[in-house]
Amino acid sequence: MYAWRGFSDGHWRTEIDVREFIQQNYKPYEGDDAFLAGPSERTKKLWEKTSRLLQEETKRGGTLDIDTKTVSTITSHAPGYIEKDLEVIVGLQTDEPLKRAIMPFGGIRMVKNACDAYGYKLDPEVEKVFNEYRKTHNQGVFDAYTPEIRRARSAGIITGLPDAYGRGRIIGDYRRVPLYGVDRLIEDKKRQMALLETAWMEDEIIRQREETTEQINALEALKVMAQSYGYDISRPARNAFEAVQWLYFAFLGAVKEQNGAAMSLGRVSTFLDIYIERDLAEGTITEEEAQELIDQFVIKLRLVRFLRTPEYNELFSGDPTWVSEAIGGMGLDGRTLVTKNSFRFLHTLTNLGPAPEPNMTVLWSQALPENFKKFCAKMSIQTSSIQYENDDLMRPMWGDDYSIACCVSAMRTGKQMQFFGARANLAKALLYAINGGRDEISGVQVTPQFKPITSEYLDYDEVMERFDQVMEWLARVYINALNIIHYMHDKYCYEALEMALHDMEILRTMACGIAGLSVVVDSLSAIKYAKVKPIRNGEGLAVDFEIEGEFPMFGNNDDRVDQIAVDLVENFMRKLRKQKTYRNSIPTLSILTITSNVVYGKKTGNTPDGRKAGEPFAPGANPMHGRDKKGAIASLSSVAKLPYRYAEDGISYTFSIVPKALGRDLDSRINNLVALLDGYFHKKGHHMNVNVFERETLLDAMEHPEKYPQLTIRVSGYAVNFIKLTREQQEDVIRRTFFEGV
Amino acid sequence: MSIKGRIHSIETMGTVDGPGIRYVVFMQGCPLRCIFCHNRDAWDPKGGREATVDELVEDINKYRYFLQRSGGGVTATGGEPVLQAEFTKELFTKVKEMGLNTAMDTSGFVDVDQVEDLLKVTDLVLLSIKHVVEEKHREITGVGTRKILAFLNHLREIGKPVWIRYVIIPGYTDDPKDLERLAIMLKDYNNIELVEILPYHDMGAYKWEELGYEYPLKGVPVPTSEEVDKAKEVFAKHGLPIELKNN
Repeated sequence: MYAWRGFSDGHWRTEIDVREFIQQNYKPYEGDDAFLAGPSERTKKLWEKTSRLLQEETKRGGTLDIDTKTVSTITSHAPGYIEKDLEVIVGLQTDEPLKRAIMPFGGIRMVKNACDAYGYKLDPEVEKVFNEYRKTHNQGVFDAYTPEIRRARSAGIITGLPDAYGRGRIIGDYRRVPLYGVDRLIEDKKRQMALLETAWMEDEIIRQREETTEQINALEALKVMAQSYGYDISRPARNAFEAVQWLYFAFLGAVKEQNGAAMSLGRVSTFLDIYIERDLAEGTITEEEAQELIDQFVIKLRLVRFLRTPEYNELFSGDPTWVSEAIGGMGLDGRTLVTKNSFRFLHTLTNLGPAPEPNMTVLWSQALPENFKKFCAKMSIQTSSIQYENDDLMRPMWGDDYSIACCVSAMRTGKQMQFFGARANLAKALLYAINGGRDEISGVQVTPQFKPITSEYLDYDEVMERFDQVMEWLARVYINALNIIHYMHDKYCYEALEMALHDMEILRTMACGIAGLSVVVDSLSAIKYAKVKPIRNGEGLAVDFEIEGEFPMFGNNDDRVDQIAVDLVENFMRKLRKQKTYRNSIPTLSILTITSNVVYGKKTGNTPDGRKAGEPFAPGANPMHGRDKKGAIASLSSVAKLPYRYAEDGISYTFSIVPKALGRDLDSRINNLVALLDGYFHKKGHHMNVNVFERETLLDAMEHPEKYPQLTIRVSGYAVNFIKLTREQQEDVIRRTFFEGV
Repeated sequence: MSIKGRIHSIETMGTVDGPGIRYVVFMQGCPLRCIFCHNRDAWDPKGGREATVDELVEDINKYRYFLQRSGGGVTATGGEPVLQAEFTKELFTKVKEMGLNTAMDTSGFVDVDQVEDLLKVTDLVLLSIKHVVEEKHREITGVGTRKILAFLNHLREIGKPVWIRYVIIPGYTDDPKDLERLAIMLKDYNNIELVEILPYHDMGAYKWEELGYEYPLKGVPVPTSEEVDKAKEVFAKHGLPIELKNN
């Protein structure tokens, strides 16, 4: 086949196997960044125009325009362009850039509220259809929720659940479209249908048959969408341009079909490098043109938009889409998976300037080429737009072709998906343990009634015993809620195209999470090592705490308290593992808050660690700000102790430092940051966001946002445009530990 | 029995007090009374907390990978490490056994014979010179320059690498004539690898107030970056290294 000229003869030719194709055909790159090219004239002009649109969007309160009539599907909208003559890679979600589509299958109320919030009116016909004739995911969930789940949800002990919005965190293997062409993928799905002609039609088989048919329909629709732009993607891509364009069409189909909380891209850069290398060898492309393809692809990824409500933004601030791209890492055979295209992807941060999307995720290994490590460190120092995850920790578990969904969730590309589960508020759970399961703010009995603690001073063993009971209850209610959510999501808001780009048999995880880890851990440490006296109100609820004496705090590399954190994570995970889960998914846990640490903190009363009611939690697995007294490395050493085996959905740590505290000049900053990453991951830390900038810059950006349209910072698990955060979240970011040194 | 000392605090990620990432031990106690001191709480030799060398070594070992990977090591500062020369020597001896380098940040106000052994296990001396003029030095620090110059001479004799640090305080240490004089003096020291000109900052002022003292430099502005650059030029003009040569 012409499309596969020069590629290896392998198993991948007869079976869908992208990993094998990559392994047999890619060319590792160990050199430096000297080969990189700047942006082409077309790219520069296109980006200028796009930047103006982005600024206009900010001016209009974050949403440029909404198509309030057309329900988004893969084929719903006519082709859209930014400026056709300048575009090398084409395709938009709607007929105009940044015009947001309505996606009501997740929930019609969310769509209506979002339209209202931005001064638009949802088309009455659409509203009628989704209220009267077509049930949504959101409706299904609330039809089935139990009173107990509703109580837990409104008390805020379980929050952020994807019960009114798309769950996301599913990554189609978009590479399959350029490598095989859509027809071949349809053929494969039809073969799967035949395997599902079993003697007895039972629930799971019926469901799989229906889903597979939907997948085939989605693939057919994808061809039609591409055809409207003038391309025939029924066949495989024949060169680098087609490979990028085909791959982008596949991704575009997914973001037209689904408003998922996180719509990640996967692991595409090294795959695409194979096509670019072939074109370079054939002399049909130059380095400038190769970079142009990637720059233009990235411009499109930066324009992905979903219509969301202001409440949603409180949880996940800054309009994130989590178009995460996993870059680098090592192969199982010991060769690095870094290619020239890994550099090109990161280089877009220079050519186009910093940006939160795509969510650049470097898979870090001790064995990565030194040149690549230094290049990443340099880009981090200059743009604060990169997150790092420990490939040496994940590769043994997920192989060498996993991607990162959303922020920190590893999954084998095309072979695994997760049921996203937001998070449980463990700080509140601790207060319930003290108060007999009554909410410290509302006074409502949320858990089944049990005896509150009445002693003058809190006794560690007594608190732990009650806390264990509360967590036992919490794990059950939490998983029950998720089971209902994902049952309904599969039923009413199925991700047909994304799942079409998966194998037939996949691994499903039930991705739970916790918030408030460092608050709970410091609280328990205070109870154990100091004396904590609850202050009770008239109803006997402990609403405040007096601490007498000193106690070790999380973030100082002190085992006395760090071990409490480790035990807590392991204990809660064990409780989750005991539950019965939808579709036999495997429970996992993340320690990740995104920006919801602010909202969770708002909903949680005074805690025994001295944190005041309403104050934000630390993000992700971070120590509470100002409590880590021994500097950055002690702080991250505490976090590195948290066991990944018990938190396989990821452990997020956000590291912010002013440039001069990282070293005296650029070379030493690069050197020190590389050592820091090597050291953290050597200690088995899982994830690190790296921010390098002056606190003054952020203060200035709060006052003069127009001066900083592209100022990007990393928050727990993702990057965000700083000026798009709410004021409250901006203040939280600034208040948080900046390692400054003296 | 492990030798005991008094320390003020620990910083696990120092990056300016020597090469690479540094585990910085702030020692307690200082014989100088610098009016711009940003660690006022480290003066009292009876303050801080007691620590043994073994305890510190055990802690440093936890960070060894970071320090080694970055080409860094351990820096003793303070306060004044030479006040606890025996302790610092023991600490550095063990740190070097771990394969890490050692740096000592000092005012140099010490009799040379008291630190000869300590210097044998010190890879780099960060010498903070407050002023070149005897009476102005006294005014700023409470002590004279004689011992300090003798110390610097000794470092040259034994070929010990030195980074000179000099803080620009507007109206106190920024007279171009004084800078010129200092530069001419330092020119003769071939063991100087770096002359680091630092802007005065007032981030330590709150510590004076917390301890119930008035901050002596209240109202003195921090220098602009142009003022600092101008001072740097004076040293560069005389061929002194104001930037570190990489590798």
